[in-house]
Amino acid sequence: MPLRKSSRMFYHILVGAFALLMMYPILWLAASSLKPNNEIFTTAYSLIPSRLEFVNYKTGWRGFAGTTFGTFFTNSFIIVILSTIGAVISSALVAYGLARTRFWGQRFWFVCMMATMMLPHDVILVPQYVMFAKFDWVGTFKPLIIPHFFGTPFFIFLIMQFIRTIPKELDEAAKIDGCSKYSIFYRVIVPLIGPALITCSIFSFYWRWDDFINPLIFLNNPEKFPVSLALKLFLDGESLNNWGGMFAMATLSLLPVVVVFFIFQKYIVEGISTTGLKG
Amino acid sequence: MNKLRENEHLTGYVFTAPFVLGFLVFTLYPILSSLYYSFTDYNLYEAPGWLGLDNYQRMFTEDDKIAKSMQVTFTYVFASVPLRLVFALFVAMILNTATRATGIYRSAFYLPSLIGGSVAVAIMWQQIFGDQGLLNSALSLFGIHSTTSWIGSPSTALWTLIALSIWQFGSSMIIFLAGLKNIPRDYYEAASVDGANSVYRFFKITLPMLSPIILFNLTLQTISAFMTFTPAYIISRGEGGPLDQTLLYSLYLYRKAFSHFEMGYASAMAWIMLLIVGVLTLLIFKSSTRWVHYETKGD
Repeated sequence: MPLRKSSRMFYHILVGAFALLMMYPILWLAASSLKPNNEIFTTAYSLIPSRLEFVNYKTGWRGFAGTTFGTFFTNSFIIVILSTIGAVISSALVAYGLARTRFWGQRFWFVCMMATMMLPHDVILVPQYVMFAKFDWVGTFKPLIIPHFFGTPFFIFLIMQFIRTIPKELDEAAKIDGCSKYSIFYRVIVPLIGPALITCSIFSFYWRWDDFINPLIFLNNPEKFPVSLALKLFLDGESLNNWGGMFAMATLSLLPVVVVFFIFQKYIVEGISTTGLKG
Repeated sequence: MNKLRENEHLTGYVFTAPFVLGFLVFTLYPILSSLYYSFTDYNLYEAPGWLGLDNYQRMFTEDDKIAKSMQVTFTYVFASVPLRLVFALFVAMILNTATRATGIYRSAFYLPSLIGGSVAVAIMWQQIFGDQGLLNSALSLFGIHSTTSWIGSPSTALWTLIALSIWQFGSSMIIFLAGLKNIPRDYYEAASVDGANSVYRFFKITLPMLSPIILFNLTLQTISAFMTFTPAYIISRGEGGPLDQTLLYSLYLYRKAFSHFEMGYASAMAWIMLLIVGVLTLLIFKSSTRWVHYETKGD
């Protein structure tokens, strides 16, 4: 609907102001990370530091008891990258199996997958901990990585939806050319589901990067902490007064997420709109 | 021919094997063992001892915090989910006018929901609503000198969490925007010709056409709202305070399991939660036949 010029201006002022209001907390976090420690709360409403103070990044980066944020970021990247690779590859295989082959029990496993998607994670928190404790996995990255190699229901569902839009004739043609189901997957389907795989990778990246409860439960040695868990240490004990450092590291922890968002915006918006996936 | 069919059974299982295995080991087995633990006294170091229904009985007769955490959780879920959806729909409708800036606004509104679940944002929220935080500082500009800590005061603490949830309306908004774009223009034009005003068009066209999307969002967001953990943990420093006002059910369950090592009791709590979430989901779906409109193919 085209609006008249005056009402269009009014619209932009109103919506723009509202957008600014929604963004304000994030901008405030970033601005505070650049303020001198004593200024953060005295002029809290202001976005402009009296002078730019990068020292917060230095004191924050130092971390806790000899473990720097260099270690925490490395840990986060190891966990996120490995679990994302596992989740995307396994989900693509399962999605193809459920969408394009006919086998005994197919319907049953599809229902199991949808039920797992709706299952509150809290229900398996305790028994999974018991199980991983028996495997001797507690205190390692294994509980945070290995379960993702068995397909993620949300991604399976998303890729299945995508595979269904690929004409079956392509499979048939490849079959006539002598392709097995395996090579159809590899030669026909995989090259075509690229966008869905990218969408899944991005969401997996976000979810694993932000994950807090699993590292909280399964890790006990700060040297193994990912960034999300390390940020919590700012709230404990003697580090309590390093507000500047805390704001700086919090800002830094959001940076990868925001950067990925601006690069892959198109995939994210499409992913959310087509599946209702929560970002 | 028969041979070929059999092969396909095998192929199907080769591809779905990761999920089948993962489901059995990481989902089904834990669920079943959780059911067993819920009838036992289990501290992780000694073998579980059979208690029968004791854990469940204790939950409803002795443990006051269960009722408290349920009340807190229900308030949280029933305030944040509908408000967030209403807000998302409202903003989506505002953005659904074609201007070149829509993409920018969409990103600005989406960003909070992208990062909202993180520890960094929970920490930020804690500082915004603290006694010297951004909110009080902004209020002082308007001559209101408040020294209350919004997260420290029992009457407002939970509402800061609800506000954090509503602030993340962006992903629902994007889903609604996509839904709004799919409503054929001529529906509105036909209604306008018939003299329908905008309120009538909203209730008779927009809402019914969006109702399947609303159902999907309502269900998934209710489930995930019940499991909210990170912001409550960070903002209350793992305690659920003040006066248990932010003791969300997940947080209490976590404390029972991993601070007190009452694994049996925590499992019973998890099963009660599963039951509540299951019943709620069922209610939403049962009621949906009354309010969800599915377009028949070929219209």
